[in-house]
Amino acid sequence: MALLALILVPLLFAGYVALRPEREAKSIALWGTLGALGISAWTLFDFDWGQSGVFQYAESFSWVDAIGLRLSVGADSVSLMLIALTAFLGPVCVLCSRTAITHRQRTFYAWLLVLQAAMTGVFAARDLVLFYVCFEFTLIPMWVLINLYGSTNRKKAATKFFLYTFTGSLIALAGLVYVVWFKWSVSQQWTFDLYELQRTAARMSSAEQAWVLLALLAGFAVKVPLFPVHTWLPLAHTEAPTAGSVILAGVLLKLGTYGIFRFALPFCPLAIGEYAPLIAGLSIVGIVYAGLVCWVQTDVKKLVAYSSVAHLGFCVLGMVALNDTGITGSILYMINHGLSTGALFVLIGMIYERYHTRSMDELGGLAARMPVWSSFMVFFTMASVGLPGLNGFVSEFLCLLGAFQASHEWAGTPGGTPGRLGFVYAAVAGTGMIVAAIYLLYMVGRVVFGPLVEPHGHGNGSGHGHGNGAAHGNGDAAALPRDLNWREIGTLLPLAIACVGLGVYPSPVIQGLRGPVATTVAVTKEGAAYKPPARADAKPPEVSR
Amino acid sequence: MILGAASIAEKIPFLWPEIAAFLATCVVMVVGLSPNLGTRRLCAPIAGLGLVAAGVLAAFTTPEGTGPLPFLMPFAKVVLCGVGLVLLLLASGVVDRDEEAVIAAGKATFNPLRTNRAEFYAFFLFSLTGLMLCASADDLIWLFLALELTSLPTYIMVTMSRTGRDGARSCEAGVKYFFLGALGAAMFLYGFALLYGGTGTTSLRGIERAFVSQSGSGGINSIAMVGMLLSIVGVGFKIAAVPMHLYTPDVYEGSASPVAAFLAFVPKTAGFLAIILLVSTMGWTFARDGSAAGGHSLPQLVLLTLWVMAALTMTVGNVLALLQKSVRRILAYSSIAHSGYMLVGVIAGPGDGTSITRNGIAAVLFYLLCYGLMNVGAFAVLACLDRKAGDDSPELETVDDLRGLCSSHPVLGWTMVVCALGLMGFPPLLGFFAKVPLFTSAIAAGEIPLVIVLGLNSAIAAFYYLQLVAAPMLEAPDTTVRTEPTGHAARPMAALISAASVVGVAVASGPLMEAGAKAGGKPVAKKPAEQPKRPPSGPSGH
Repeated sequence: MALLALILVPLLFAGYVALRPEREAKSIALWGTLGALGISAWTLFDFDWGQSGVFQYAESFSWVDAIGLRLSVGADSVSLMLIALTAFLGPVCVLCSRTAITHRQRTFYAWLLVLQAAMTGVFAARDLVLFYVCFEFTLIPMWVLINLYGSTNRKKAATKFFLYTFTGSLIALAGLVYVVWFKWSVSQQWTFDLYELQRTAARMSSAEQAWVLLALLAGFAVKVPLFPVHTWLPLAHTEAPTAGSVILAGVLLKLGTYGIFRFALPFCPLAIGEYAPLIAGLSIVGIVYAGLVCWVQTDVKKLVAYSSVAHLGFCVLGMVALNDTGITGSILYMINHGLSTGALFVLIGMIYERYHTRSMDELGGLAARMPVWSSFMVFFTMASVGLPGLNGFVSEFLCLLGAFQASHEWAGTPGGTPGRLGFVYAAVAGTGMIVAAIYLLYMVGRVVFGPLVEPHGHGNGSGHGHGNGAAHGNGDAAALPRDLNWREIGTLLPLAIACVGLGVYPSPVIQGLRGPVATTVAVTKEGAAYKPPARADAKPPEVSR
Repeated sequence: MILGAASIAEKIPFLWPEIAAFLATCVVMVVGLSPNLGTRRLCAPIAGLGLVAAGVLAAFTTPEGTGPLPFLMPFAKVVLCGVGLVLLLLASGVVDRDEEAVIAAGKATFNPLRTNRAEFYAFFLFSLTGLMLCASADDLIWLFLALELTSLPTYIMVTMSRTGRDGARSCEAGVKYFFLGALGAAMFLYGFALLYGGTGTTSLRGIERAFVSQSGSGGINSIAMVGMLLSIVGVGFKIAAVPMHLYTPDVYEGSASPVAAFLAFVPKTAGFLAIILLVSTMGWTFARDGSAAGGHSLPQLVLLTLWVMAALTMTVGNVLALLQKSVRRILAYSSIAHSGYMLVGVIAGPGDGTSITRNGIAAVLFYLLCYGLMNVGAFAVLACLDRKAGDDSPELETVDDLRGLCSSHPVLGWTMVVCALGLMGFPPLLGFFAKVPLFTSAIAAGEIPLVIVLGLNSAIAAFYYLQLVAAPMLEAPDTTVRTEPTGHAARPMAALISAASVVGVAVASGPLMEAGAKAGGKPVAKKPAEQPKRPPSGPSGH
């Protein structure tokens, strides 16, 4: 029941928020997210880590029997960790919106909670249609959050976000349905069950697999986002409210990589093996290109948004290495990126609340004014750059190592796995790390250190409050102290602790991921090694129809 | 070939629902002539009772049919009685609205000569009766008469749906609708004549047999083939398919919202039933021998025509809808697009006929129900509100008029949001569950390019439906346009029912889908195919 509770608790609290008066909204939402966090923490302890590759807490109810649709949930350790990440970011989002959101609070918090339920549902779903329903349903809350609470260009951003993702996922749906139909044509069994489908999907011919992979990538690559289809992301991120950006970077982007892990790898092993160089190439282009774009940004938030494109490039690169190291690194990257980039967006939101600008031309040397904020900023930037000892390093290293090892040249050596990537891919992606260090440090150098620059109207403040807060109708924000208050420190501190923890001692998590990763790698290998003869047996009934 | 000569008396068991509806029509016409206003007000309740009776009769008395889809009748008739009831609620006050306002204000007394309540409700029921007859049709003549009985009353309903200054617009709409409708009818009547010429019979069963024997000996008669194509294109008028779609936006915009909702459901359903029946004569394997082989064996030419119609209809509807400002024009173009989606199901055919996931016909039947409900909800919101400050029209026109509806009129606003999301096909609402069987059946039939066209079109559609979601939910209320309820209590009820079903039916769509699967499926129990030439069931087989 734990998984269902994790979906239902935010939903129930969302309903409660909608019914109660406006001023109670934030505290109800906080309790709701804390409740989910509690349940999620309990599952982390209760989970049988010895069998981390098995779907646990499984529940299955019949829903629409006519089309074989069941309401079935279950979590292996990958799902569980991503659910934990979602639950962990929930209270962070509520806390960081406390003063930033001043109008239509009920709408905001209710949709925020619905969003959390939908995201949890995506990770918990074991039924293809349930997955799709939740995957799509994340769009509406996010669309509302950007459309109502974003900055100037919010409507365009929200619409672009919605249409990009909706279009992609419709095509992905066609791919998923094809897999279901294939299963039926082979075994006369119509089911949307993930596990059942995994067992037959790999028998598709390589051409079929290529098309299905293309369809799935249409949905998932947009979400990630991979290089040519990333253009919605900077806009959506820049315009979204802080909590929206945190969720977007922290969890929503991971729906794409999670989809690749859960569906693309086991469903089309042949095709993914064949096209791994292409996908990896796109990831690397994304890494380098987004890094260079970051370099020339003056808007801090846009810079962090583009850095997400680069970071998720590493994530996909590790995934298509198709070996234990790469996939483990990739999943770890999902969690780490959620923590560090989420925190960076929270930090930028805090600055925006105080100065109403995010332009690097107007901000500089803030270490003098806001030492606490600056310390956090430097810390999370380092985590994002991949400083050894912090979380980013571990996953980035594993992704690169995975890509490096995934080469036929290394197949015989210890740790080497057959694959079609190799040294060149890892080396070019490695330059992305250097670029990342350049642009992030450049940003920190300008904003945190150097001569003090503040927007007009803020420079002569006495250290408390600022001039034009009231002009934005932002009563609470005007009361903010110059540096962070305890609520804001409380928002950031858990994230910082998690970053250090995962950086210094990541092995429990890596151990925990071993089960599902091994399963997926085995399924992928088995599928790739599948020989046509049996395929010939499976084919005739299909032709005769 | 004796099938066509079966006497009417043998068909009566199929016709109890129609008879009930027809009796109710007669009562409505008489009651509606009463000189007493109170008695006249009984028209709508009597019509409702008639529909309930027809629905109950259809559910419990209909025997297995003799057509290619023997279980089609009960499902189709129950569905259209149900949606018909919601439409009836919505139609309250379409006629006599100005009259009653004047009477209520005490400026005039009731004048029996100046109202046309009787006609409106009688035509309403006539049209629905025609629609039910379409479902029962097993003969070309019958099919033609049923289609015309469905359409003729709607021409008049459109014309009389508005009065006063708007009367001119509804007259214009009515005339356009009538002339183009006559063109369509002429086309499919000509097509029917050629079908008769090419096969020598008007019975659908007989035509099917003729096609079987013709394709056994050198291919289908070219006269019959031309007839089939003409019939399909002509019936395309009823479902607003390209190239017969041109009237749709003007007519929907010109008529009152409740009537527009009626047009979007009733003639469209009739058209789809007719297309399904016509195409079925060209051969879906199971209909002939009851075997599980399934799949469609439509001639390439028919398939190509349907394919082009479907792809064009979806694309034209959606792309043109993007350009619209008026909500009713948006809904009109979306109605065109939805016809295109449903044609995909017709192309997919019934497959092996066992499950809705692989039976395109069942998917279409289920989709018709879902589309009817969602569409009624969207039109109901428009019908429930009057615009006060407007100079042009008392009804809401543009998307901007919907701004802030969720805060000013929560029930109507959220109805609009839910119905627009449903029409978009957003999970987990009704439209999504309607679209999944279309997707699956088309993939199972191997129509993958069409599925991609369908997917891309759904994505285009998202853009304009999103406006209909954003305006009520996110925008601030427009202070220059004051909207207020029209004062017909039944209309918000219709809105509420459809909104509730867009959410509720979606969650519990299983039984309805199974009913749809049965309706679009083959007679499972009567599988033995020892006498493949002889229909396994039906009293008219002698």
